Amino acid sequence: MDIYLPIAGLSVNALVIVLLGGVVGLLTGMIGVGGGFLTTPILIFYGIPPAVAVASATTQITGTSVSGVLAHRRRRGVDYRMGAVIIAGGLAGAGLGGIIFRLLQKTGQIDTVINMLYVLLLGSIGVLMAKESATALEIIGPRGGQPPKPKRHNPLIASLPMRWRFYASGLYISPLAPLLLGFVGGMLTVLLGVGGGFIMVPAMIYVLGMSAQVVVGTSLLQILFVTAATTLIHATTTKSVDVVLAGLLLLGSVIGAQFGARFAQKAKPELLRMFLAIVILGVALRMAIGLGWRPEEIYTVQLL
Amino acid sequence: MRGAARALLLLAVAALTLGAAKPRLVPDVSQSRIEIRYQFTGVELLLFGAILYPGGRAPAEQADIVVVVKGPVQPLVVREKQKVAGIWMNVESARFRSAPSFYAVASSRPLPKLVDDRAAAIYELGLRNLQLSPGPGSSPEVQRRFESGLVELMARRGLYVEDPKGVQITEGVLYRAHIAIPARVPVGNYTAETFLIKDGRVLAGATRDIRIEKLGFERWVAQAANRWALAYGIVAVGLSLLLGWGAAALFRRR
Repeated sequence: MDIYLPIAGLSVNALVIVLLGGVVGLLTGMIGVGGGFLTTPILIFYGIPPAVAVASATTQITGTSVSGVLAHRRRRGVDYRMGAVIIAGGLAGAGLGGIIFRLLQKTGQIDTVINMLYVLLLGSIGVLMAKESATALEIIGPRGGQPPKPKRHNPLIASLPMRWRFYASGLYISPLAPLLLGFVGGMLTVLLGVGGGFIMVPAMIYVLGMSAQVVVGTSLLQILFVTAATTLIHATTTKSVDVVLAGLLLLGSVIGAQFGARFAQKAKPELLRMFLAIVILGVALRMAIGLGWRPEEIYTVQLL
Repeated sequence: MRGAARALLLLAVAALTLGAAKPRLVPDVSQSRIEIRYQFTGVELLLFGAILYPGGRAPAEQADIVVVVKGPVQPLVVREKQKVAGIWMNVESARFRSAPSFYAVASSRPLPKLVDDRAAAIYELGLRNLQLSPGPGSSPEVQRRFESGLVELMARRGLYVEDPKGVQITEGVLYRAHIAIPARVPVGNYTAETFLIKDGRVLAGATRDIRIEKLGFERWVAQAANRWALAYGIVAVGLSLLLGWGAAALFRRR
């Protein structure tokens, strides 16, 4: 069933897009990641202009994170104060990211930068996750006997001035640290069309030391707000949000997310993380090959 | 379609009795307005018409027909990737001020057999003869490299097409050609030019306009995204919130 995308300016098979959304939604429900890191590259492989792919994937992530936030709110898994600080940072980061995006677009380096960031981020996170889940599944033994117990409070963050109390997270730290973290997350959202959950969640646990019950909910809250703001930024600057494309993706992903959440209750979480790690490494490898191999098309065209 | 063809036949017959000094072309296209709607996957244009010879008799030696469909011109940048430190990235670039967004040429015989380089350049016949108006500051060799890069890329996307046997001529007076318009063409005013060529000279030419536009929902979305960008963005966000919340509510009830 072919359908014409009014902003992308080409026709796609609607079923393929809905199915893609469904698979990504399944992952979201199962593991709690937004899945933007899968949607955007696959849309680009499919022939959607990169700017439209990034912008529309962002819109889709807003939708999938809503139900997650609602679910976590019901069981008090959201630290609103921490969330507000991270969102403030995220909005500033998104603003700067938008300027960088335009700049890179003008000089023609946006695709290379996007690909390199993907390879770096996905590669390192995929390796970390694979290692961690393999240890949990006892495929590989823990290195050197007992691993050192991670310190709850990072000394660098403890030394920052102006401490605030974050009750739900059980923290007494300077708001500058989460502000900065949110800033980086917001920039990635604009540049890569990802929610950034796959970076925010580990950073909130290991760098900020937030208590685990509020990490996913707070991260989803941040993703919700920052992707909504990013959609607005893209809509007003690059004008590349395609509602038809986003709608098709959403149709698949919101349903996929619900099934994924049910499936997650039955499956082993370590196994799921292992699976995700393999998917992430696969995407990273594909993009790395794309950077190093002689591309099929040496020339690219950009309208002025 | 059949009605139009019959009308043309009548025209051709009428011309037999008139007689003019030079041959004339009576061209037409199957669709002068192409509407992009939600299921648009491109269209096949039929360009057809009659050749009216003075005295009404087709000469013994058949003339040739070339049809060209051109989209609105647009300024663009072509970038060239080179390997830098193991990574393929855009290094050099060239600007073109007036590259056609779509260009399709069909002829009754291969173009090099019909016209010489000069005539081909004047009438922009063939993918090697597009008037791209390159930007200032680069040597001719570099320009040519980027030009062929652009033409190859557009050809791969189906936006630049050359069909050396795409025109059929019946009885020396009626011609027809099919030209495929892919879904990813931009909207705007297109032209369909027809040339009558004999012994390397263009004897007659005629032009018809074709308009490609988005209609209905597609037009509305594209306009909204441009004119009311902020409202459009808010609607997009609202839509995604609604769908996400709706699915969650629906599944919880079950």
